[in-house]
Amino acid sequence: MATPLARARGLGSAHKGTETFLRQRVTAVANIPLVIFLVLAIVTHLGASYDEMRSFLAKPVVAIALLALIISAAIHMRIGLKEIIEDYVHGESARVAAILLVTFYAVGIGLACTLAIVKISLGS
Amino acid sequence: MGHGKLEAERPLSPHLQIYRPMLTMMMSIAHRISGVANAVGFLLLAWWLVAIASGPETYATVSRFFASIPGRALLFLFSWALIHHMLGGIRHLIWDTGYGLDKTSIEVFAWATIIGSILLTVLLWVAGFWLMGAF
Repeated sequence: MATPLARARGLGSAHKGTETFLRQRVTAVANIPLVIFLVLAIVTHLGASYDEMRSFLAKPVVAIALLALIISAAIHMRIGLKEIIEDYVHGESARVAAILLVTFYAVGIGLACTLAIVKISLGS
Repeated sequence: MGHGKLEAERPLSPHLQIYRPMLTMMMSIAHRISGVANAVGFLLLAWWLVAIASGPETYATVSRFFASIPGRALLFLFSWALIHHMLGGIRHLIWDTGYGLDKTSIEVFAWATIIGSILLTVLLWVAGFWLMGAF
């Protein structure tokens, strides 16, 4: 089926090879320490006042970790949700619509969290 | 999916409901469900962060919701889904290296994910309530 050149390139029918597979693994590995950080950060600040919470989130190290989590998680969730849709939604138009929807959802979550963290960091 | 005659006559591989439910199969489904739950849970994180960025009044409203019973229940489920998906994901990363694919290991991994996720989630919440001075 494949020409020798196509076999050597190893990119498959979608011409992207194992890019998505690898991206899901890279973001998965990144998510492990970042999610642990988020959960511990929340638990150790239960009952903190608004100002305490805000100044904690404004610390550069905290803001960087949260931004990294948001970006990594948004990419990871978009790939995962798309994969589930491709497995279970069979109608062409419904599938395209559902994939569009989860793409916008992941981008929306990513943008909202990023803007919030940047705004908190810059203190305005 | 095409609608050609050839495709219509192709035999289909048996679908989920044909098989006797097995633990490892349920864990595969649970990994997907917890993944979707996490995606929804991130809406809570976004809401919380945007509320902090918006100011003390908005934050107070959101905090009141998270302190309520339905709010806490949602957070509890979200934390369980996060931990479950993380342990299940670590299992997948181990499999990616080629290890742990024998019958005994996959059973052990499955039970470790279930028991580990429940234990860690309960531990997390006990620690949280303890830090808040509940006991």
